[in-house]
Amino acid sequence: MAETLPTIWFALIGVLWLGYLLLEGFDLGVGMLMRLWARDERSRRQLLNTIGPVWDGNEVWLLTAGGATFAAFPHWYASLFSALYLPLTLTLVGLILRAVAIEYRGKAITDAGRAVWDACLAGGSLLAAFTVGAMLALTTTGLPLDANGDRVGGPFVWITPYALLGGVAVVLYAIAQAWAFLGLKTDGAAREAARRVLGRWLPVLVAPLALWVVLVVARRGAVLPWVLTVLAVVALAAAWMWARAGREGLTFAGMAGFLAAGVAALFTAVYPVVLPSTIDPAYSLTVENASSGAYTLTVMAWVTVVFVPIVLAYTAWSYWTFRRRIAVTHIPTAHAVRPV
Amino acid sequence: MDPLELARWQFGITTVYHFLMVPLTIGLGLLVAVLQTAWFATGKEAYLRMTKFWGKLFLINFIMGVATGIVQEFQFGMAWSEYSRFVGDVFGAPLAMEALIAFFLESVFLGAWIFGWKTLPKAVHLAALWLAVIGAHFSAFFIMAANAFMQHPVGYRVVDGRPVLDDIGAVLTNPILLTHFPHTLMGAYAVGGGFLLGISWYHLWRRRADGIDTVDADGRVVVGETGSAARDRQDHTVWLRSLRIGAVVAIIGFVGTAFTGHAQAQQMIENQPLKMASAEAACHDGTAFSVFSFADLSNRSGATTCDDVVGVVEIPGLLSYLAYEDFTTPVKGVTTLIPEYEQKYGTHLPDDPMYGERAGMQIDYQPLMEVTYWGFRLMITFGGLAALAAACALWMTRRGTVPASRNWMRVAVLSIGGSFGANMAGWVFTEMGRQPFVVAPNPALPAGDQVFMFTAAAVSPGVDGFEILVSLIVFALLYGTLLVVEVVLLARYVRGGVPAGMPELTAHEHADPADHDHDEDDVLAFAY
Repeated sequence: MAETLPTIWFALIGVLWLGYLLLEGFDLGVGMLMRLWARDERSRRQLLNTIGPVWDGNEVWLLTAGGATFAAFPHWYASLFSALYLPLTLTLVGLILRAVAIEYRGKAITDAGRAVWDACLAGGSLLAAFTVGAMLALTTTGLPLDANGDRVGGPFVWITPYALLGGVAVVLYAIAQAWAFLGLKTDGAAREAARRVLGRWLPVLVAPLALWVVLVVARRGAVLPWVLTVLAVVALAAAWMWARAGREGLTFAGMAGFLAAGVAALFTAVYPVVLPSTIDPAYSLTVENASSGAYTLTVMAWVTVVFVPIVLAYTAWSYWTFRRRIAVTHIPTAHAVRPV
Repeated sequence: MDPLELARWQFGITTVYHFLMVPLTIGLGLLVAVLQTAWFATGKEAYLRMTKFWGKLFLINFIMGVATGIVQEFQFGMAWSEYSRFVGDVFGAPLAMEALIAFFLESVFLGAWIFGWKTLPKAVHLAALWLAVIGAHFSAFFIMAANAFMQHPVGYRVVDGRPVLDDIGAVLTNPILLTHFPHTLMGAYAVGGGFLLGISWYHLWRRRADGIDTVDADGRVVVGETGSAARDRQDHTVWLRSLRIGAVVAIIGFVGTAFTGHAQAQQMIENQPLKMASAEAACHDGTAFSVFSFADLSNRSGATTCDDVVGVVEIPGLLSYLAYEDFTTPVKGVTTLIPEYEQKYGTHLPDDPMYGERAGMQIDYQPLMEVTYWGFRLMITFGGLAALAAACALWMTRRGTVPASRNWMRVAVLSIGGSFGANMAGWVFTEMGRQPFVVAPNPALPAGDQVFMFTAAAVSPGVDGFEILVSLIVFALLYGTLLVVEVVLLARYVRGGVPAGMPELTAHEHADPADHDHDEDDVLAFAY
């Protein structure tokens, strides 16, 4: 019984990360595609404006995941972010560059200036996606933590094959997610490209993420994570089928289903450990030894029960309000203010 | 490199920088919402122009606050893991509430406001801005609730030496919060008001310098116009009304900070008497407020201590009035307080591994006196100068325009910096004055119920100085560059006048005949 509240909170943290990967996944991917795919100014702006009204709200899922981890599992928050000091610094740099570039690129008055902002936008998106993926992978596979939960082995000990896999997984997943989103939000060449790319490459783009899930689930070997993994693969297969059939809404839903089942598989596979120690399993942080007291968890659970539905409602309203597909022709003439 | 010193510099730099953007976001955001409400209620074109112009500057600044705010959510865990472990049970809750209740509201509805000019019905569009502004206020409330716990812990019980939350209501009604929160809001409104004032003055001055507006024999304005909508009669209304609204709000903000600040001083004398004494460089018990003191450094080169303070100008009784509202109760000085602190909280850091190499070192309870003393005075001086400038501006513009003098214009623009300076100085004072504690003890509680933490114990044990040095350099360079970018952009959009925020105002005046590749009705009202 004593573990019920921390377990609920572990699940809620999972939901927050799912929200982040699902929503900011396509934001980050769109940022990368502005350089990787779009070839001219109009189509770059077309891509950017598909996420224009919503990207900032999407990023709040990350802040909420961070804040909720602090409130519900202070030891997890402290150990994870101090151990991953340098990669988290890179995430923050990427997110800062990207946010500022989104707002300021349209204010550049020369092509060279705009190119700098585009590099910040695409590079910042890539950096954030890679480092978030690396850090989440290490959260599921473990870090060399001592009895106090502090990292041993120096600032670069996080550079492992798992970190690389997680980084690549989230980068490629974000690109796939961005195409699924653009398929729903654009008209013209971008929409056609979305259909073509996902119809051909979806399994490849999502393979590293699936591999990460399977590796973590296999280490544990429990039934529920395997069931969830199978569900994820089924959802992925369905998404691919729908992508090939040109069913854009269902493709997006299938990918969301894949992500939801995949994140659930990861979280159930590591439970009750929230952050494994690779030095000694006895040093691992668990839902029990890393969590706040029952009172804090209860208060925060009520806050969540009341406010998450409200947040979801107005977020849905925002997506509904700005649901229109954006074509290159909808983009107004740029009007950067020139110095006088 | 010492991780503790680096981590402190990093927290200070990133937080002070973040707080350059925050008060402008809060103050200007509220003003834009008020202006748009005025447009909604009256339908007057001038209010629409004001909403668009000030709204554009608001957004240029807002994004920098968002970007640098992300760092704040994570850096407690990064460089201050022991702190996070120690207070997380209490401190994490307001942070999570801030994200869930405030950040979502602010971000989602601001996005809707930016892109919704054509899509949303007018009333809904206005409501979206208000919700975003309310979100910014909620955000300030929750983060200040977290900060208030560091200044004055309440709402917890002690379990295994750590504070465990047992009354969230007490944390959210911390008496310190109830004075600091309105104080900070008032400071933010002063920033927003001063911003309107300085920039509007510049535009009124330029209209005079360009010969558009003139004055008659009584000194009353004769409003003129050019052929462009950017410099028509309405344009004069935009700037004069913005200036006067800004000046009034700046004065309200300053008076508000004075009253709330007085309440804070009375709390401080009880809760953190050494901070108050250090703010005064009050070495010995007394009643006088120091107007000016300096440190005699002739016989030493290290930190300023009580032996060096030379009082120059003092006002008898004023310090006692500020603290106790009478002129005779002496306020305890540093030399009285330090032995009291030593007796209560120890003379040496405990021999605990969490202190690392610092375990067993002697504790210096004296905050850096030159920082607290001058921080306190700069806050009041900057704020007072900005308020004085606002009062002068109201008087000087009573006949409808500003003096033709370029120097007065410069003074008006510079006065924008006054309220920013006051905000920064105030925060540096209150956070540096809390040292050597990161969580200051609550002296109102019995000794057994107190928790406190020395800053020396709060830093991450597993993180080494190299990492913090790297991130400190990276953040300092990045933030420095972005500050230049933001100021250049703000200056450019300020100079552009109303059309900078409202291109549709003058779009038909210089339409590009080559640009016919899309149907005007079908394009987005706003696009990045």
